[in-house]
Amino acid sequence: MTAVSASALSGKAGAAASAAIAVENIVKRYGDFEAVKGVSFAVEEGEIFGLLGPNGAGKSTLIRMMTTLIPVTSGRALVGGYDVMKDSDAVRRMIGVIPQALTSDQDLTVEENLSIYAKLYSVPRAERERNITEVLEAVDLLKWRGAQTKTLSGGMRRRLEIARGLVHDPRIFFLDEPTTGLDPVSRIAVWEMLNHLKKTRNLTMLVTTHYMEEADRLCDRIAIVDHGTLVALGTPVELKQSVPGSNVVEVQFNREDSEWQGRLQKLTGVTEVQSQSAGVYRVLTSNGSQTTTQLVELAASLNEQLTALSVQNTSLDDVFVHYTGRQLRDEQVKAVFTMPPRPGAQP
Amino acid sequence: MNRMLAIVEREMRKFFRSPVLMIMSMMLPLVQLVILGNAFGGKIRGARVAVVDYDHGPQAVKVREAFDSVAVNIATFTTIDYQNENQARDDVRTGKVDAAVIIPAQYSRRVYAQDAPRLGLVVDNSDQFMSGSIEGEMQSLVDAMNQPVIQPRIVNNIALDIVELYPFVEYMKYLLSGSIALAMYISVMIGGGMLYIDDKARGVHEGYLVTPISKLELVMGLNIAGAIKAVLAGISLTVIGSLMAGLGVIFHPMALVQLFALILGTSIAFNGMMFLMMVRVDDPLVPRAMFGVLNTLLFFPSGAIYPIAAFPPWLRAIAVVDPFTYAIHGFKAILLKDGGFVAIQYDLLFLFTFGIGTLLIATPLFKRTL
Repeated sequence: MTAVSASALSGKAGAAASAAIAVENIVKRYGDFEAVKGVSFAVEEGEIFGLLGPNGAGKSTLIRMMTTLIPVTSGRALVGGYDVMKDSDAVRRMIGVIPQALTSDQDLTVEENLSIYAKLYSVPRAERERNITEVLEAVDLLKWRGAQTKTLSGGMRRRLEIARGLVHDPRIFFLDEPTTGLDPVSRIAVWEMLNHLKKTRNLTMLVTTHYMEEADRLCDRIAIVDHGTLVALGTPVELKQSVPGSNVVEVQFNREDSEWQGRLQKLTGVTEVQSQSAGVYRVLTSNGSQTTTQLVELAASLNEQLTALSVQNTSLDDVFVHYTGRQLRDEQVKAVFTMPPRPGAQP
Repeated sequence: MNRMLAIVEREMRKFFRSPVLMIMSMMLPLVQLVILGNAFGGKIRGARVAVVDYDHGPQAVKVREAFDSVAVNIATFTTIDYQNENQARDDVRTGKVDAAVIIPAQYSRRVYAQDAPRLGLVVDNSDQFMSGSIEGEMQSLVDAMNQPVIQPRIVNNIALDIVELYPFVEYMKYLLSGSIALAMYISVMIGGGMLYIDDKARGVHEGYLVTPISKLELVMGLNIAGAIKAVLAGISLTVIGSLMAGLGVIFHPMALVQLFALILGTSIAFNGMMFLMMVRVDDPLVPRAMFGVLNTLLFFPSGAIYPIAAFPPWLRAIAVVDPFTYAIHGFKAILLKDGGFVAIQYDLLFLFTFGIGTLLIATPLFKRTL
């Protein structure tokens, strides 16, 4: 792990005993394959903590170990002060879990789904009704109480899942990719709702996601996970500051030339140049406007044309690239498919 | 306890909300009962028999009169006159007629001379059922014609008087016991097997496993729900099937209690067996692939369609450990014979022991984690 992330962890590790979640050198092995390789972190009470990483990074394996779904191979995970291996029942009583898939019963009504889960957590009859009303109000589904789940939209079903995880009033809430499959509007609605829940219920939340924007907007602190290891940890601001350069200039030239990398590196304020596909370069700089001006002048002096140019602040994507050497969104796109080039198209 | 009941509640709410499982579990047994019950229950009627008469004498006329009598009464066959034995034989081969009777020349003279008179019967023995029926009918005609005109004072032939304990049992009634057991098996296979694995694959069980529910509560909840579904399927098919087959035993309160005990035992046995088989399965394709194999392996050796006594030893060995065997024996004992608890006590003992035994083996195999 990097220095910035190590300090972020050590700052919290001292308070591990009082932390809502404390994970110490946790390992999960399937035969010869090590899915999680000695990860450690601590989550404070009332914090929204994000596990950010591409598919297959080990996020879900981590969350499944913390929620007692799969046994830990070695290391230790304490949730609410209880060891997930030794006091799994005590852990289950204090956590709410929202799995990645939508698992509410479509044939049952919204209320029936919640009522059955309240019974599984042995919520007394008198409290059950009140809790159901409260959580439905919190997720804005009160008027859908009697509706069959199959009549709800995807976003509403996700909200129902969240309500289901809260019906027994847990202290710690685990959400495994809570907005996967939702449209942007529903996604923002879920973020706002989770922020509201955190404030009103003093919930500690651990969220896994591969959406950088989600991690950035929702989480107080983020742990970047890749290939089963924790590569960086800190607040979104800390993580962005840990990357050299405060701006990213993304530029594309009409002609690919191997010398561009070296030329860009010499511009004032440039800290890092990342070469990407199709003649695109990402230039990390401490002064975006100055670098842009110099870049345009350089292209003009060489009689080269710029086909695209943009300046933005450092994002978590840059943080991910910085720590892992590749882009998170590329990982996701590659996972879906690789589009062959159109015949006759310019490279 | 409350957590276990929550699992039962969830399963039953889903079951009643979507009647597909109930309909699907009763569809095949009911269709089987109607189709097989009617197809296999009857006797051969209207078979075509060629008659080649080379004799034309008085005894040949007597034979033909006997044939005519069969044609207008029980109608097992009707006769068609042929002039040529070879033509008749060819037509049996090609299926134009089902059999041919040859009355040879000099037949009447041989009868009068008591010189071993013979009639020829050509049958298509590739169809055992048809040829067997025609042979049986012809044999009884020949036996009747062999009776002496004047009965001797001392009877040479010993007759067997058969006393049937129960009224004639039509094949549909015989088949009903198997249909009830089959409906319960399908209910358990779909409700306890396929839906259980589908829920696992959809992540529903993951939702259960993060709650404080214990392994025993979860296992018992799933199995009680499965058993209730099978009981409902069993009761429904017993009532509908009995009315279709014309069995009035369901109107006797005591018989109803005995049937309910059998249905309960069968559902527990089937459910325990299914849970044991599915407890470590994760792939939704597995129960679907097993459905037909298990159906053939368990249903047919049980005596539902054909008596176990006719099976080879290895098939009888399957029948001994097959819960279908005891369920069907028990249902027959009540539905067809009104035999009371005495007649089903060993069936009930086996079914409950088998069900509880398989559950006791399956429970430790059930994983409380993913």
